Amino acid sequence: MAITSARIGSRDSQGRLGPVWTFLFRYGPPRWTEYVLRNWSGQRLVIAIPYLWLLLFFLVPFLIVLKISFAEFSPLGRPPYEPVFQWLDEGALHVKLLVGSYVYLFNEPLYVSAWIYSVKVAFFSTLLCLALGYPMSYAIARAPPAQRNIFLMLIILPFWTSFLLRVYAWIGLLKTDGVINNVLQFFGIIDAPLAMMNTSFAVYIGIVYSYLPFMILPLYSNLEKHDNTLLEAANDLGAGPVKSFMRITLPLSTPGIVAGSLLVFIPAVGEYVIPSLLGRTDQLMVAKLLSDEFFLNRDWPRASAVAIAMLLLLVVPIMLFQHYQNKELQASKK
Amino acid sequence: MKTEGLFSKTMLGFGFVFLYVPILSMVFFSFNNSRLVTVWDPANSPTLKWYGRLFDDSAILSAAWLSIQVAAMTATGAVVLGTLAGLVLSRFGPFKGRALLQGLTTAPLVMPEVITGLSMLLLFVSAEQLLQYLFGWQFNRGVATITIAHITFTMAYVTVVVQSRLASFDDSLEEAALDLGARPAKVFFRITVPLILPAILSGWLLAFTLSWDDLVVTQFVSGPGSNTLPMVIFSRVRLGVSPVVNALATIMVLIVALGVILSAFLMRRQEQRRKREEQMAAAG
Repeated sequence: MAITSARIGSRDSQGRLGPVWTFLFRYGPPRWTEYVLRNWSGQRLVIAIPYLWLLLFFLVPFLIVLKISFAEFSPLGRPPYEPVFQWLDEGALHVKLLVGSYVYLFNEPLYVSAWIYSVKVAFFSTLLCLALGYPMSYAIARAPPAQRNIFLMLIILPFWTSFLLRVYAWIGLLKTDGVINNVLQFFGIIDAPLAMMNTSFAVYIGIVYSYLPFMILPLYSNLEKHDNTLLEAANDLGAGPVKSFMRITLPLSTPGIVAGSLLVFIPAVGEYVIPSLLGRTDQLMVAKLLSDEFFLNRDWPRASAVAIAMLLLLVVPIMLFQHYQNKELQASKK
Repeated sequence: MKTEGLFSKTMLGFGFVFLYVPILSMVFFSFNNSRLVTVWDPANSPTLKWYGRLFDDSAILSAAWLSIQVAAMTATGAVVLGTLAGLVLSRFGPFKGRALLQGLTTAPLVMPEVITGLSMLLLFVSAEQLLQYLFGWQFNRGVATITIAHITFTMAYVTVVVQSRLASFDDSLEEAALDLGARPAKVFFRITVPLILPAILSGWLLAFTLSWDDLVVTQFVSGPGSNTLPMVIFSRVRLGVSPVVNALATIMVLIVALGVILSAFLMRRQEQRRKREEQMAAAG
């Protein structure tokens, strides 16, 4: 039964409140306030504020995306999809779920190559970040305490300046008449300018550059806590530096490596700005595909399906990250 | 041991070169007279002409003002919600749904921005339809929707900062105050807040920066006419390098560097004062 606005609050012939109104009064605001006053302490109210915000603005939106990903695309509609749930006049709920958008994602070659390319780029960028970030964090953790803070400040400082502008800076360095080509040509190392803009190389550079602090900070906070006496003991027992690094430092720093790698890998898969500014024009990444599908084709169901598929791909890494994050917090509490 | 230290130190040096050369080159070429930006024009450079152009550029200036407003509102909202969430998670013990709240507060940290942006926009569109249907209200997407979206993804950062600060000391002070008869709200404002004030301040700055910098989520949830600074910059630099953007970047780098140096200086002074007080307390 549909609730019409005329019905709400209307009285019947005997002057009694209509059924909807009595229902609202019996279970509505007065009862809620009573319930809240009797059962809710201030503590519960404090819990409720951030909880409700996150439910309303973080969880509910995902349910809406999930719903729309199963809708039928109608190019001329406003919004451009057919309703998924519909009340029929007989009081029945009509549910129409289409899996067409999902089928398309895994069959269309453009999409398949975008998925593979995104994961590949994210994976190798993470490795590069680790290769550069690990020795850097190690050196910082081993530096005298006074220098440590300066080094850390220098790592964090670029993070406070605009991400977009830092990516932009690389256009000036990489383009055909850019700084790198000019310098190399000036010293006669190359004869013709190298084509570096709009290549995968540029995307790797951009991602490593932007996400390096996210790798270094968790690694540093892990390496800093290491007990030096372990290494001294290993040294006394005759282990060389390489062996004691492989057998002691590296295994102990696993949580830092995992946290840093996930902090780079997960956003890199969905990176939009870097490939748009520096990347190849003939090979898209998933995020660009999603936004093109949404803004250019106005195909909301397909864009939603891309988002859901991306989320499913990232669920395991995200859960892993949360697991390590919680463990870290628990450890600092003890 | 020596060679190992040498290797990591070399990498550290290389890493700093890698981190700072792009920024310094951007600053350097902002003083170049040539429109080609990276081709140095020795005859007429250095020049401040692009800074003049920047301050005549009404599109950039009004976008910057809008971004400042959004970022300030976002940071304030995120600090309130994030502090409450951090407090709940680290002080309230186990309660029903705690795991879900923990998950909801850390997920936005790693969620790809396109997903957050799309889902927020679809929420706002649904809300528009619902309000239109129920009350005949109409609202346009703009500053309000951008701010709500920004608060949602930045409050996670505040929560993490506050939570780790709260985890670093136990609740004996708070318990003592409660034992002495202070009401919980008073304990919160008189004891907990002063203790976590550094975390709240850095959370505010972090939320401000993230909001000020955000492009992807904003592009999804903004309405016609509400262009933030990153949107304007993005549409300019898509067409290639622009000397005006270099000038803008230089100013922003300068502000950040001054802010970081100032905060380091203040922190050091506070640290010294605390040490002195401790010594005096020990002596007296």
